[in-house]
Amino acid sequence: MHVSEATKHIDRILDSTLDSVDAAESDILHLAERMGFDEDARYELGMAIREALVNAVVHGNQYSTHKKVHVLVWEESSGLKVVVRDEGKGFEVSTVPDPLAEENLLKESGRGILLMQAFVDELMVRRRPQQGTEVTLVKYSAMPGV
Amino acid sequence: MSVRLNSRQVGDVTVIDAAGRITLGEGSSSLRDTIKATVDGGHKKVLLNLGEVNYIDSSGIGELVSAFTSVTNSGGQLKLLNLSKRVQDLLQITKLYTVFECHDDEAGAIRSFS
Repeated sequence: MHVSEATKHIDRILDSTLDSVDAAESDILHLAERMGFDEDARYELGMAIREALVNAVVHGNQYSTHKKVHVLVWEESSGLKVVVRDEGKGFEVSTVPDPLAEENLLKESGRGILLMQAFVDELMVRRRPQQGTEVTLVKYSAMPGV
Repeated sequence: MSVRLNSRQVGDVTVIDAAGRITLGEGSSSLRDTIKATVDGGHKKVLLNLGEVNYIDSSGIGELVSAFTSVTNSGGQLKLLNLSKRVQDLLQITKLYTVFECHDDEAGAIRSFS
């Protein structure tokens, strides 16, 4: 993954594998550490990033060797912004069953978006116009401008 | 590092000590295999010790739910032991604290099965 020291900007095309998820998560968390995010904040950011990347690889691209995951990371004045795009069919977040509903508590999956919401400050999930899903996460810095 | 699992018997309670990460892939499938072996072995009182588990993702949470369902459907009970603050928070966020019986003392947890 390319990480520019000057802009602290990451732009990478990933294969649809769990190894790619691990590598991207690690690189983004190293960037977050250099930006001054403490251990708790990095844990929370890591949880959210991992859920976004796993969703893209597993549910979006369905491990297809022909489909990629695009990861973009910027440092903003408010904190760290991460965009994850897949090349799957795409979905509307409104169609995802509420994992906190009584009838869904014992389901084995469907909690990814809930965890992302819990661990970052801003989350946007949208179906891309041509194909796939785009997830945007923002984790605020403890100190503005850091 | 993926999850490491070790089963031991304390009376009629099977204690499964877990350590590491329970995430999509090897970590979650290892837990599933261990629970299946426990249930298939006829053990109905299962205490899952998460004291050394430092990370669980949504797939890992799904595996905990699967373990609970598997043991319960076999007529047994699955309880959790030694949850870290982060794992406790995950159970709060996902509302699964209403599903799992959690303990922070092994002896007390063992007694609770009887």
